[in-house]
Formats: sequence, C-alpha cells, structure tokens
Amino acid sequence: MKDNYYDPKGLKNFSKIKDFQEPLGSKFFEYYNAVFKEGGLTKREKCLIALAVSYATQCPYRIDAYTVNCLENSTDKTQMMEAVHVGAAINSGATLVHSV
Amino acid sequence: MKASKSLKYQGHKLNSTEYQIEILNSEAVGNVPLFQDKLAQQQMFPLTASKLDTLQVNVGYMCNQTCQHCHVDAGPDRKEIMTKPTMKYCLDALKHGNFDTLDLTGGAPEMHPDFKWFVEEANKQNIKTIVRSNLTILVANKKYHDLPDFFKQNNVEITSSLPFYTKSRTDAQRGQGVFQSSIKALKMLNEVGYGLEKSDLKLNLVYNPTDSFLSGDQLTLQNQYKKKLKEDFDIHFNELFTITNMPINRFLDYLQKSDNLEDYMSRLLDAYNPNAVPNLMCKNTVSVSWDGFLYDCDFNQMLDIKVNAYNHIKNFNIKSLLNRSIQVNQHCFGCTAGAGSSCGGALS
Repeated sequence: MKDNYYDPKGLKNFSKIKDFQEPLGSKFFEYYNAVFKEGGLTKREKCLIALAVSYATQCPYRIDAYTVNCLENSTDKTQMMEAVHVGAAINSGATLVHSV
Repeated sequence: MKASKSLKYQGHKLNSTEYQIEILNSEAVGNVPLFQDKLAQQQMFPLTASKLDTLQVNVGYMCNQTCQHCHVDAGPDRKEIMTKPTMKYCLDALKHGNFDTLDLTGGAPEMHPDFKWFVEEANKQNIKTIVRSNLTILVANKKYHDLPDFFKQNNVEITSSLPFYTKSRTDAQRGQGVFQSSIKALKMLNEVGYGLEKSDLKLNLVYNPTDSFLSGDQLTLQNQYKKKLKEDFDIHFNELFTITNMPINRFLDYLQKSDNLEDYMSRLLDAYNPNAVPNLMCKNTVSVSWDGFLYDCDFNQMLDIKVNAYNHIKNFNIKSLLNRSIQVNQHCFGCTAGAGSSCGGALS
C-alpha cells in the first residue's frame, strides 16, 4: 500500500479484523452471515440492497464484492445501476433534507 | 449470425495445448497451489474412478457458432470430425464397458454426417443418449429441421446452452441472433413434446456466466429461467444446469485479454469446495475425442491430457480405465469451485 490507501487485495484480508478482537470479530461475522441468508428477502434482493448501500457509503471493498455477488446472482447491469441510483437518491435526500 | 474465427484458424499462440498448460502453471495465475496438493490435503490424491457409467463422445469440433467462451475452440472453420470406424469402436466400448449413458458433444454433433446413424445404433443398446445441442443448429438449415422428430423417435435427452433468458446476455456470449434462433428451436422441441410436464422427453438447459464470475445458486436460477421463459415465450424445460467457465481455449484467451486471469483463478481457488470432489464427473466418465483418444473429461481432452491407461478407443480396456489415476491440472479448480461444476450442473 505504498501509493494508495486502498489495495484491491485488501478485500481478502477482511477476516483479519478478528486479529486484535477475536470475540467481537467472530460475533460480527456470525451476524453478517445470518443477515445475508435467504429469508423474507432472497439472496439476490439482499445483494442489490448491499450494492446500493456500498455505493452510498462509498466503500470500495464492498462495491467490489457486491458487484461480483450481484453478477453471480444473475442480476444484470441495468438492474444494478438502478440500485446505485436508489443509493444515490437516499444519500442526496439526506443532504438536502437538512436544508429545510 | 456472424461467426468469428477459431484460435486454430487465427494461428493463435493458445492453439498450443502445451502453452495453455504452461500459462495455467505460471506466475500469470498468481499464487495458486497445485490442484493435486489441494486433493492431497483431503487424502483424495491420486483421484481415482469410482465407476464408469458415461461415455462422452466428442464427434468433432465443427460448429455453426463461434461462442466467445468456448473451451473446445469449435467453429465453422474446424474440420475435425470422427470417422465411422471410430464411431463403431465407441459403440463396442458402450456395450463392453456396461455404460448406461452415451453423451454426444462437439462442436455441433448434429453436423456430423453420420450423426443420425450413430444415435440409432446407440439406441439399439437400450441406454440413455444425451445430445448436447446448441439449439441454433435446428434452425440453421432446412436439413436439420427434422431433428426434433428424430430426437423424439430415438428418445434422446437434449441438453442445450442458453446463457440467459434475455437476448442481450445470450447474444453477447454466443453471437448475434443466437437468442432468437434458440427460442425458435426450443418452441420446435416443445411442439414435439420435449420439456413438457407429463412428457418423458427430457429437455435441459445450461447456464454459464457471461463473464469471469461464478454461477449463482442452480435452483434459484432454474426457477428464474422457468418463470421468464414461460411468461415471455411459453417455453417449458426440465432442469437447468449451471456450469463454471473453464480457463481453456477461448475463455482463457478472454481472461488474458481482459487482464482477469489472475483474479479468476483466485476466485476459483477461494471457492474451492472439497465436498465437490467425490462427485467430479471424471470419476464416472470417459471422454473420447474425434480421433478416438481417451481422456478423463472434455476439459482434459481440450488440453490433450490423455488418460493414464490404454488411451485409444480401439484398445478399450475397462479394467485399465477403472484402475487408472485421473490426470489433474490447474484447470480442475473450475470443477471444484462453489457448488462444483460438471456437464450435469452443480455437484453439491
């Protein structure tokens, strides 16, 4: 990571958040995996929500991961872009609403 | 439907199987352990045959399409086809090997001049015959229009690629006009009874990703396909199989050109599923090339990695094949990724 804060290879190291706090890290992954299981919403729907949130929070690792997940769940690019707009609309709405 | 040229016709460097194997074992794929070492970790190396129930015969590389991701490098400019004497050896092997399934593939197997004869002869042995049809061949030329009836008369099980239920994704991978022709062909097959609820005539579809990703859940995709094909076209089929793209021939070319080879191999490695190993198709299948050589699978065939046994169909020896150790290499990570992959779809 000499010239950039973000290194795409860093995504593979996500599990290392457990290194200095194993109990909390484990609880996080347990919760995370439970959230993304098929439930009232399908895995595909959850991936699209995650994609929208990833863009709204501008996390490049999550953008990378959920772009791949959406494509693997046979979501097409027009649907993904629509989800990005949902994220954008919510984010910009949150900015604008403070003006009133 | 405009077809482009095969790697062989282009004189491409990847036309050399040694070169492809060299790339798959080089730094170009990143830090990937040897596949045999992954098997050894679960005490499954060497990989051995569990039984022999399927003889998969590649009758030639001639095809009416030049699909972007084809691991065979098939196309209209490929002229390799199986001779009738070699087909006769295959029929003998079917009988003596006690196979219960003949799986015909290519290229487009229907383009072989002795295709119908071969199917009829196999049918006399009372085994299951699968034909891997690209669908568009049924409408490509008038001489193939009778194939749906021929398939029905010979109780053939049809397995066909349809990358997606939309025109844009299917045509992007398989060529302009393929989706429309595929829909027309599927309707022809439904008309004679294939894929219908109370029919014994099986029509299965195959999904493979249109890019360097793995497949999603097979059952979920199957339900999506069934819903959309019924709603949009009133088309019915039995099962959907998901297949992983193998880093061989034209898909390898695509991975290199798009600078995705290392990422893709890393994806396959990360998705390594030890539960897929016992069900790998190489454990119950023998693959025969157009010139009669024997391979553990179609992918080994394309890399010219012959079986570790008597390796020509004219010397077919069931004992030697049952006792062989299966040849593995780095492309095998494709079959063990995620839910695992085979010609019959996900493994677990």
